[in-house]
Amino acid sequence: MNADLIKLIFGRLTLDALPFHEPILVATFAVVALGGIVVLGALTYFRLWGYLWHEWFTSVDHKKIGVMYMVLGLVMLLRGFADAIMMRIQQAIAFGGSQGYLPAHHYDQIFTAHGVIMIFFVAMPLVTGLMNFVVPLQIGARDVSFPFLNNFSFWMTVGGAVIVMMSLFIGEFARTGWLAYPPLSETAYSPDVGVDYYIWGLQVAGIGTLLSGVNLICTIVKMRAPGMEMMRLPVFTWTALCTNVLIVAAFPVLTAVLVLLSLDRYVGTNFFTNDFGGNPMMYVNLIWIWGHPEVYILVLPVFGIYSEVTATFCGKRLFGYTSMVYATVVITILSYLVWLHHFFTMGSGASVNSFFGISTMIISIPTGAKMFNWLFTMYRGRIRFELPMLWTMAFMLTFVIGGMTGVLLAVPPADFVLHNSLFLIAHFHNVIIGGVLFGLFAGISYWFPKAFGFKLDPFWGKLSFWFWVIGFYFAFMPLYVLGLMGVTRRLRVFDDPSLQIWFVLAAIGAALIALGILCFLIQIAVSIKNRHALRDVTGDPWHARTLEWSTSSPPPDYNFAFTPIIHDNDAWWDMKERGYVRPVSGFNGIHMPKNTGTGVILAGLAVAFGFGMIWYIWWLAGLSFLGLLAVAIGHTFNYHRDFTIPVEDVIRTENERTRQLAAGA
Amino acid sequence: MSANLQAGAPGHGHGHGHDTAPAHATFRGYMTGFVLSVILTAIPFWLVMSGVISSKQGTAAIILAFAVVQMIVHMIFFLHMDAKSEGGWSLMALIFSLILVVIVLTGSLWVMYNLDTNMMPGMHDMSQMP
Amino acid sequence: MATATTSTDSSTAPVFHLAEEHLHPEGSSTMLGFWLYLMSDCLIFAILFAVYGVLGANYAAGPAPKDLFELPLVAVNTSMLLLSSITYGFAILAMQNGRIGQTQLWLAITALFGAGFVGIELHEFAGMIHDGAGPTRSAFLSSFFTLVGTHGLHVSCGLIWIVTLMVQVGKHGLIEANRRRLMCLSMFWHFLDVIWIGVFTFVYLMGMLR
Repeated sequence: MNADLIKLIFGRLTLDALPFHEPILVATFAVVALGGIVVLGALTYFRLWGYLWHEWFTSVDHKKIGVMYMVLGLVMLLRGFADAIMMRIQQAIAFGGSQGYLPAHHYDQIFTAHGVIMIFFVAMPLVTGLMNFVVPLQIGARDVSFPFLNNFSFWMTVGGAVIVMMSLFIGEFARTGWLAYPPLSETAYSPDVGVDYYIWGLQVAGIGTLLSGVNLICTIVKMRAPGMEMMRLPVFTWTALCTNVLIVAAFPVLTAVLVLLSLDRYVGTNFFTNDFGGNPMMYVNLIWIWGHPEVYILVLPVFGIYSEVTATFCGKRLFGYTSMVYATVVITILSYLVWLHHFFTMGSGASVNSFFGISTMIISIPTGAKMFNWLFTMYRGRIRFELPMLWTMAFMLTFVIGGMTGVLLAVPPADFVLHNSLFLIAHFHNVIIGGVLFGLFAGISYWFPKAFGFKLDPFWGKLSFWFWVIGFYFAFMPLYVLGLMGVTRRLRVFDDPSLQIWFVLAAIGAALIALGILCFLIQIAVSIKNRHALRDVTGDPWHARTLEWSTSSPPPDYNFAFTPIIHDNDAWWDMKERGYVRPVSGFNGIHMPKNTGTGVILAGLAVAFGFGMIWYIWWLAGLSFLGLLAVAIGHTFNYHRDFTIPVEDVIRTENERTRQLAAGA
Repeated sequence: MSANLQAGAPGHGHGHGHDTAPAHATFRGYMTGFVLSVILTAIPFWLVMSGVISSKQGTAAIILAFAVVQMIVHMIFFLHMDAKSEGGWSLMALIFSLILVVIVLTGSLWVMYNLDTNMMPGMHDMSQMP
Repeated sequence: MATATTSTDSSTAPVFHLAEEHLHPEGSSTMLGFWLYLMSDCLIFAILFAVYGVLGANYAAGPAPKDLFELPLVAVNTSMLLLSSITYGFAILAMQNGRIGQTQLWLAITALFGAGFVGIELHEFAGMIHDGAGPTRSAFLSSFFTLVGTHGLHVSCGLIWIVTLMVQVGKHGLIEANRRRLMCLSMFWHFLDVIWIGVFTFVYLMGMLR
């Protein structure tokens, strides 16, 4: 076969792309391959493929899609955390002339991948998964507005994750940091596939996220049960609404900017080049116009989780509902007015820096108001120290510290010293771990029984909790110290031996967090094993307040046999207080959307397209693009996407619940 | 289907076709919009092509104003935008988006102007810098 | 059949569920959902306009707007798009009157105008590239081609959508689902004309004023 034909078929993909010369990657591949074979083999042996396809992969049920998002996020957490451990070890040992064990071109990919994976494939899916699962139940709806689109969004997110994971074994990932600033990310300085993996992974996932945003906004606006006025929405639903508004308003910016970067790389345009009139600073400006709302997309839902958890486990109505709502809306709007604080040092001058410094400080105020509301909810409440409440209390302390360092960084002169130092790294991990991650764990332990019908084992959960919290402080407080001492981020080797002790402490912290993750995984295994003892038969294991707890655990496919009518905030609490009697007869057939494999197929084609574009395999890119068009348009010719659950099935399911409630009583 | 079911539920609308179907399009509405658009397009083109107004700034301001008005004409006559569609959510979404568009445009222009002035090579005389 | 009582009514026990229902008919969210998608599209264009605003004067010693833009051609193009807007309007009127044939006719005419628009634009682009003023020549040209080209790409997608809908209306008539789709396409098509107002004003007219 001559060279031209090979190039035509394989683009720039050659055998060199396989990392045979990198022992760490070979070992990783061996482990992954082995694990993969075990999992796939088990699925085949137990004949689960049909079950998985029909019950899960093609499902348009928001609950199943929510669970799948959680699984994706947790799996990717392991990958992102592996990157973190590798960095911690490298930084702990690379002193006194030692180069550590990671060469620069590998280390740079690790810190890039760590950021990309943690933000886009851990935090976003976990947050989206919880919103997907909970919101329709909280508003008394049967599903989201666009169930098929929901399924498609999920698989596109998976597609993006697949593209990024492929870079581990075929080619390499970007070495630019998680935001891929030009000119480093331009062809001239990153001619390899790394940045292209980055671009296509994010573009594919980004489409999923954007559509998910539209979906959830419509759901909250249009699908509420009668009587659920906006100011009777549970706070989690309010924060979900604002989050999805942010998603719809921010992700197009990311899409556009990445398109411009890819035009520079593929076509040779001059948006962000150093010559021909390009301006790399414009990329930084635009990417942070997306980037700042993005962090609020991550944190607003968990603020909602904390509101639900605090009210439930203090046995009190949330303090200051109205101010919570207003604070959330204010944060949503203000998040568009602070983005420059990410590049105070780029040189825009005193006037610009002052404006954004002040706006950044202002945005901390509504969050402070929320903190006080949570505290006032706890005051004179009957606090139950269940796992979700423990996570919430750890959040309150930890997030406030992180928030304070944020306000410190908001002062431009201070930021001139601390920008891109480890102080910054400590700050954002402080708010993301202390805020987002702790909240996600609170949400997981809170809603797990609703999703699966049994609680999570409290012992392993508390063990995980303590390892995480103590580990976090060990891992990141030293970084504040190092940052104040002037240590820059993303360094691989150090000259000053007096810094080493701090890095060693941080590595110990990472090890503790690793134990926390291990305990979490054990918790899941133990809970499944002991699920009968941990069973939730009432559907309301926490004596909670919002509508999702009125359903069985897990809820039936149709969520509610009868659409509820709402009369007050904390609708379920109101129902319990006012003598609600669950109807046991008079059921009807229920209209539901059908499952479909189109989402999986479209996402698969999108991955093929991305792969083709990355490796310049033009025939693959072209064919898969045409395939995408054909399948998408073909899908619109299917007008029969619904079916009716027969009334006998509804009767059977509801009678089963009646029986269960009677047995539990 | 009793109407009083909807009583406490804003955003649902009464009946089903009602807030999903947009305001009824009419021939008159479309023609009005069309004629206005033609005028609002022709005048700016003429102003620029003929150069009647000597001040470039002035011309620019006028065609900008015409563009804004024509966009509003399109919104009203072609897109049937009003405060009632989708229970007011359409207009709210539009206003929010417009606010963001203004922030993105003015913010970017302001920030980039300052960055370019301070940081781009050849933008200032180095002997005058502190 | 069940009535909702307000929370202040304590004389009868409040009703907490609907016995009969058909509250959220299929497609009740479609229009709002599509409108929200359009708002996100609006933001993409805002970014492209911002980029054009920032980089649009960076000619890199290459051709500037005055060297390249032919306003008469742009005027023709603008009228193509505006005419296509009114013909789409007529399609909607025909749809409201339940006239399948007329709807199809006006859709076809709209598509022709739209195709004319895209064709003229491609001709303009080809000419510029041939003259060495392609998207790689300077940041100004990169932003020009991307902004105008993205708009043209959207119009092209609209054309594919018109053809698809014509086939679907031909197959199933003006059923509720197809009416929703025609309304969504209507929003899309008019929205593209709104963006074009921005394009011809900021890019072409202002460009010639510099």
